Amino acid sequence: MGQDVLTEDGLFMVNIGPQHPSTHGVLHLKVWLDGETIVKIQPHLGYIHRSIEKMSENLSYRNFIFATSRMDYLSAHINNEACALTVEKGLGIQATPRAKVIRIIMAELTRLASHQLWWGCTGLDLGAVTPFFYAFRDREAINGIMEETCGARLTMNYMVPGGVMYDLHPNFQKHTKDVMASIKKNLADYDNLLTGNVIFEMRTKGVGVLSKEDAISFGCTGPTARASGVSCDIRKLFPYSGYENVQFDEILATGGDCYDRYMCRMAEMRQSVNIIEQLIDTIPEGDFQEKTKAVIKLPKGEFYQRVETARGELGVYIVSDGAASPYRVKYRSPGFSNLSALSQMAQGVKIGDLVAIMATIDLVIPDIDR
Amino acid sequence: MNKEELKIAITEILPEITFDETGEFLNVFVPATSLLPFMNSIRSNNNFEMDYLFCLTCIDWKDHFMMVYHLHSKKHRHEFVVKAKLENRENPEIESLSGIWKTADFHEREVFDLFGINFLHHPDLRRIFMDDNWKGFPLRKDYMDENMIEI
Amino acid sequence: MSEENKIEFPGEVHPTDGGGILVTKLDDVINWARANSLWPLVFGTSCCAIEMMSAADAKYDWSRFGFEVARATPRQADLIIVAGTIVIKMAPVLKRLYDQMPEPKYVIAMGACTISGGPFFYNTYSVVKGVDHVIPVDVYIPGCPPRPEALLHAMITLQEKIKTEHTSFSKGVPSEKNQKLLKDE
Repeated sequence: MGQDVLTEDGLFMVNIGPQHPSTHGVLHLKVWLDGETIVKIQPHLGYIHRSIEKMSENLSYRNFIFATSRMDYLSAHINNEACALTVEKGLGIQATPRAKVIRIIMAELTRLASHQLWWGCTGLDLGAVTPFFYAFRDREAINGIMEETCGARLTMNYMVPGGVMYDLHPNFQKHTKDVMASIKKNLADYDNLLTGNVIFEMRTKGVGVLSKEDAISFGCTGPTARASGVSCDIRKLFPYSGYENVQFDEILATGGDCYDRYMCRMAEMRQSVNIIEQLIDTIPEGDFQEKTKAVIKLPKGEFYQRVETARGELGVYIVSDGAASPYRVKYRSPGFSNLSALSQMAQGVKIGDLVAIMATIDLVIPDIDR
Repeated sequence: MNKEELKIAITEILPEITFDETGEFLNVFVPATSLLPFMNSIRSNNNFEMDYLFCLTCIDWKDHFMMVYHLHSKKHRHEFVVKAKLENRENPEIESLSGIWKTADFHEREVFDLFGINFLHHPDLRRIFMDDNWKGFPLRKDYMDENMIEI
Repeated sequence: MSEENKIEFPGEVHPTDGGGILVTKLDDVINWARANSLWPLVFGTSCCAIEMMSAADAKYDWSRFGFEVARATPRQADLIIVAGTIVIKMAPVLKRLYDQMPEPKYVIAMGACTISGGPFFYNTYSVVKGVDHVIPVDVYIPGCPPRPEALLHAMITLQEKIKTEHTSFSKGVPSEKNQKLLKDE
């Protein structure tokens, strides 16, 4: 509204979204085109702004965690873990050793499921329909494991301050090992289908380059930044919840184009399988939840905790004034900063390349809008 | 640099700074009027090189606002938090940092939308989440409208 | 039956238009065709969209029921599955999409957010507390998010609802005779 379709410069303005099959949610992009080349791009947000931060100011410290499952719903466990860790930091307690290992395994399973869906949707956005069906094979298997132990497939609410909510199901280890074996076999399938495909390579190589300085200045994190050479894996830089005892590599690339971002995520899937295999047989016995008071009250002060979700660095910043609910909660979401780099990455590309760029940044719009 | 060295080096840049070390990070309280020169110097100074602004937000303490900036240096691996107090509740204003860190662009638009703080010399200051003609600033503590149903 | 033994019919009788034996067979055929080839619109705002995608995929496969062709444009769709929370900024967009769909069109409200605002009911300033404030809904699915099987159950319920329709007057608009009846009440 208020912007004419044809501006004085002769540029043509097109609205992409909010309802669009490839925006991964409700993102409205205003794109000014010169022919088919993008001159200016302006994201419009707020179509799924559910006032989570305001809502959390009236919920207790156990309750506000549920809303983060709905923020970045593909890494629901990791979001919940961030909140639980922040509250634990405020209380000055740590989760039990058994809970820490369970948390890592659940987080890596979530990361695998999220990357599987991302891979399927990337294929779908670029026109290949088959990867979409292949990707959901393993994702449904992982959802089955989640359902057995946590009770839900997507919004699990399993992490609580002090540990996890229930103990593992007796079949957990066997199921997880079966799924790991099948994922390792299927990753070779994925490479056959998409990675070596000449159409895919032509659509993603050299497209949407993000330099290292720009990635740091825009605050990009996660595979988006690691593909440009920025070392930002929170599991390595600020280890939490036992990640310092696990062997895995941080995947860095130097090109910063769509193909590098794609390869970073594929390699991260293999690292996640590696982490789970290291831990699945050596889960320590003991309590799964540290004892905390029924009503949690954090002391006056500010607490910040960072975790590595499938999209990048999620930060939970709680300001407490001593009451039973937080005074202010701020979620530093990875997608918000990654999206601000879109205008830089999409300078001078064709409109078809814009879809490839958005697919490889891996946006989840409720995470951006909170 | 560790916290002690950071305190000494920061005091050299701006002597009227106060510190608060009760939390996890070193909190640096900067007067709002001298925020932009201070941020410029810690971005470009080779001892600091704070090139990564990872969280920009505002807290409403009912009689004043507090702007909070979390900064990290990729090269030196140190981090601290800069805070600026805004006393004027009717018309809060502060300089925009989008010339120094490009991520501040979107984050400042969010703070403008939800708290009503005016960022001077911001390239494109308009609402980001709410409708353009929304009345009021939702995350302020005294905000109430007919959509909100209280428990 | 004699006058004394006549029992009052327990309920209200609304004479319907266009009835009669002649057109019921045609109704059956038309309803069968409509119910078994509903084309949904690709519309998902938040978490329920992922369960909708799971329902579209190979394990829970909604194309067994005829929902194979998911269209991206509302002009070619006849079912809109509102999957995800609707906020005040998105409500006019949803209304415009609904208006662009040609008749007969159906709406499934998926998830707790679309029924009543769901988990975002209290202390939120931007959530529409129920999508039926914006568009008329045929089937509601509770859950947060509902399982893909629940979505399939809702689609089958919608198919059964379609099979009871009469094609001789537009869906949802009573005939002149019925309008008069409703005004008298």
